[in-house]
Amino acid sequence: MDDIRLLIDFGSTFTKVVAVDLGKEEIVATARVPSTVESDITVGLGEALRKIEENTGIGDLEEREALACSSAAGGLRMVCAGFVPELTSKAANLAALGAGAKVVGYYSYKLTRQEVQEIEATSPDIVLLSGGTDGGDEKVIIHNAEMLSHTGKGITNIIIAGNKTTYDEIRAIFRENSKNVIYTNNVMPEIGTLDVAPCNHEIRELFMKNIIEAKGIARAKSIIKDVIMPTPSAVLEAAKLLADGCDGERGFGALIVIDVGGATTDVHSIADGKPARPDTIVAGLPEPYEKRTVEGDLGLKYNLDRLLELCKDRETPPGFDDIVRGFHDGKLPETEEELACHRLLSCLTVEAAVSRHAGRIEVVYGPTGERLVQYGKDLTNVKTIIGTGGPIIFSSGCREILNHALYREENPFILRPKDPEFYIDEKYILYAVGLLSQIEPKKAFNLARKYLKRI
Amino acid sequence: MKKAPTIITGTVGMDAHVIGTKVVSRALKDAGFNVVALGIQVTPEEFISVAQETNADAILMTSLYGMSELDLKGFNEKRMEAGLEDVILYIGGNLVIGRYDPQEVEPRFKNLGFDRVYPPETDIVAVIESDLKKDLKAKGKM
Repeated sequence: MDDIRLLIDFGSTFTKVVAVDLGKEEIVATARVPSTVESDITVGLGEALRKIEENTGIGDLEEREALACSSAAGGLRMVCAGFVPELTSKAANLAALGAGAKVVGYYSYKLTRQEVQEIEATSPDIVLLSGGTDGGDEKVIIHNAEMLSHTGKGITNIIIAGNKTTYDEIRAIFRENSKNVIYTNNVMPEIGTLDVAPCNHEIRELFMKNIIEAKGIARAKSIIKDVIMPTPSAVLEAAKLLADGCDGERGFGALIVIDVGGATTDVHSIADGKPARPDTIVAGLPEPYEKRTVEGDLGLKYNLDRLLELCKDRETPPGFDDIVRGFHDGKLPETEEELACHRLLSCLTVEAAVSRHAGRIEVVYGPTGERLVQYGKDLTNVKTIIGTGGPIIFSSGCREILNHALYREENPFILRPKDPEFYIDEKYILYAVGLLSQIEPKKAFNLARKYLKRI
Repeated sequence: MKKAPTIITGTVGMDAHVIGTKVVSRALKDAGFNVVALGIQVTPEEFISVAQETNADAILMTSLYGMSELDLKGFNEKRMEAGLEDVILYIGGNLVIGRYDPQEVEPRFKNLGFDRVYPPETDIVAVIESDLKKDLKAKGKM
């Protein structure tokens, strides 16, 4: 009997299933059907599974073992509130993004009444509260906890990841409060140290236990084993596995994954980001080895206005404006001209998203001459770039699009990769690799290596 | 018992002379303080945001290369804006270029917001015992 494992992604538009033969380490079937999260998630799932059954002859046994990730019903929506913008607020933001969340609100200093109302109206899945190093400032996080304790149903889950010396007082604030409050390690226990792993873990736990339930995604558990993480988190797990390798398999080393979507563009980098030049000084909060950024204003379906702004000073193909207006109304690119326009938009998206993700150099002139200061991660030595997401995978010009992630002589201050090799996630399996890495890392690694296409 | 006061150390601005701030940090640690050592070339803004986040009681800056006045332009206004008027501020080292009369230089740095200003070759252990502890106690921070 073949050892088949099913891996599922509940997306906002499509439910995708990949069936993997673990023995042969190959894909035996894939299916993609419209998602039905709004009504009953099991309908779409059932349909996708039937397609797989027809092609493979698998049944209930395999389905009961299936693992899934989800970005349906808005994904994992989080609000972060910290103290100083470039310190604990940024640390909280990095933690939320690293856990696969969509950050729908970002606050610093003491929250005002109006801000708290704003958060309530946003109705996030989780509010992540940070502030103060351990033994440091107590006023801000206690004030913010107090403010949040007086809110209604718009805020249900709160994770506290700030100055630990305030926790007794915060517990007292939330005593006899119906909110689900979780306490974890400080995301910035001391200056210059980022500790996001425990916070990531709590976010994922909460996602598995409460949030998929609230969104109706947990109904899928009547058919499959479990929904274990948000989809972006699965992609990040895959990126980590590919970079680091496992169990005797050598990884790709430092790498970048670019995931262009309809509404957002994600960039993941697995790299230490240390300066390539020894005379460079690193400033600001250290960034994590596994870093994810989400560009909420860069998408090829819902955020065309922002992209058009980026096009302003560029040469555009004939009929560009009219064609883009067509994309606005939901038209898919078909003709030569339309494809050219779509390709240009994809290029700009990749360029902007990677530029924002990568670190930058500032040259400071002082009495002792010039000095280089690096903020963020130096990715110039990254040797692997992996592209995924519809606009890249299905484009004939995927190499041209990914080339826009490269370092440019005319803008040497943005630390993008100089000389990488390019791959595309042709079969759309990175999420599945991430899911599988949780139980069979070695097979997941081999599968990815087999199906990533070098371009 | 009250917890140990938190003291931030570092060289300010473009100065990269690390020995002074290392000696200061070490002496503070030995005296039982909680030290946040930011090292060299710390911008005025970084001193401020770190002081906010760590709820620091004092900042001890050092500078050797003679340009600290330039580096500290606007520092006092910014720290007042950031709500840190209560933080004790010391600076020491070669604060201006060439040989100079400390008596003459001191008021200039006091105008920049510093509570105490020290010339080169100051004994840091004596400063901690006689000045810092006294100032911390006076402000109820120790």
